[in-house]
Amino acid sequence: MDVSMTVNGSSRTDSVEPRLLLVHYLREVAGLTGTNIGCDTSSCGACTVLVDGESVKSCTMLAAQADGAEVTTIEGLADGESMHPMQEAFREHHGLQCGYCTPGMVMAAVSLLKEIPNPTEAQVREGLEGNLCRCTGYHNIVQAVLAAAKAPAGAGS
Amino acid sequence: MIPAPFEYRRATSVEEALRMLGDGGEDAKLLAGGHSLLPLMKLRLAAPSMLVDIGRLRDLSYVRDTGDTIAIGALTRHRDVETDPLVAEHAPILAHVAGQVGDPQVRHRGTIGGSIAHGDPASDLPAATLALGATFEVVAPGGAKRSIPAADFFRGFLETALAPAEILTEIVVPKVTGAGWSFQKFNRRAQDWAIVGVAAVRNGSTGIGLVNMGSTPLRATAVEEALAGGASVQEAASHAADGLDPPSDLNASPEYRAHLARVLVRRALEEAAGSSRS
Ligand SMILES: Cc1cc2nc3c(=O)[nH]c(=O)nc-3n(C[C@H](O)[C@H](O)[C@H](O)COP(=O)(O)OP(=O)(O)OC[C@H]3O[C@@H](n4cnc5c(N)ncnc54)[C@H](O)[C@@H]3O)c2cc1C
Repeated sequence: MDVSMTVNGSSRTDSVEPRLLLVHYLREVAGLTGTNIGCDTSSCGACTVLVDGESVKSCTMLAAQADGAEVTTIEGLADGESMHPMQEAFREHHGLQCGYCTPGMVMAAVSLLKEIPNPTEAQVREGLEGNLCRCTGYHNIVQAVLAAAKAPAGAGS
Repeated sequence: MIPAPFEYRRATSVEEALRMLGDGGEDAKLLAGGHSLLPLMKLRLAAPSMLVDIGRLRDLSYVRDTGDTIAIGALTRHRDVETDPLVAEHAPILAHVAGQVGDPQVRHRGTIGGSIAHGDPASDLPAATLALGATFEVVAPGGAKRSIPAADFFRGFLETALAPAEILTEIVVPKVTGAGWSFQKFNRRAQDWAIVGVAAVRNGSTGIGLVNMGSTPLRATAVEEALAGGASVQEAASHAADGLDPPSDLNASPEYRAHLARVLVRRALEEAAGSSRS
């Protein structure tokens, strides 16, 4: 079947098997390997991307279900050479250790700030409950998201 | 993990979905948010020959004030139930429970209808609909409609009163504006399913739904009857596991679940009494 979607601002149409998962579509068909596959069982959040602006675990969605949607992956956040405020905040606050969960963490955090622009620390922790960091680097991740919320450029966009 | 091959159809109306389901025969399945079905398909515990995607039926995504009740379209996502002002006012327990399902990513995709139609004893929303005394509106091929009370809906493990070719279209919830309520979800890690959960609504009489205490979402009828007969909260809660056969898994033995149910029902009844505005 054919699926068409806008990925990071550019539209594309591909012929895919109905059973193709969105995460495999993004990595293998669109060649965007920034989205990681962690647990592959909908638990860890490493594969989080934005579909029509909302965080989604792309291992639990068919490419076919994203037909017509606007998809944003970690590659789509930066504006040329300048990092997205959320990426900048993760760098500044060292919100990563091994980095594997980072793309999903950043995407989940962007979605969170869209829904709650000025979250409390508790809201950040709850808002990221779908993303696991096996290095347990949560402290700095939370600090990064709180800092991003205060960034002038608006990290939820 | 990759699901077994299937044919994919996308429906643009309920009528079309019913037709497609009919064409697909016994092995065709509806796909709503996909957050119960796709994980099962990836594990190859389910291998439908056809998926009829109803995820785009936005006209089944709504919350409406219908007088004494509120009507919620089956395709309404957990996130939308969680944040809807009508639900917050007239059935606040449902908004709260929707916000306890999984994590934000799950709530952006999963639907209330999918959660109910799946009938998982470990799921949260079915227990809330039992406590609220909700009714489910269903449409069959040819357009015949019927209403099924939540209390008659859950039949066996992942088995409901829905016939294979029927579609759940709407959840009708009696308004319990100002009523006391509580939802006790006991788990060990953020995002997890409940090891045991209890939903209680106190609106004159008390309705209680149990999560993960048997092969289906359940009503705590022994507790409801004890309360109706004038028992104290303490006494009524001691009946929380009466006649039930709770599951055993890595998280808990049946005995531990029975203990949890008694403790959580007591806490739920105490909180519901305290939070009542009537
Ligand atoms: C990581 C993770 C954590 C989760 N945690 C929780 C949790 O803590 N608590 C909880 O309650 N749930 C949890 N869930 C499940 C989640 O709530 C699902 O969204 C929900 O159970 C199913 O809804 P869905 O729209 O995704 O349905 P689908 O997966 O699309 O469908 C489920 C089943 O229902 C059928 N169906 C769907 N819609 C209809 C309809 N309108 N009429 C008839 N049949 C229909 C389908 O054919 C299928 O058999 C979790 C899921 C994941 C992936």
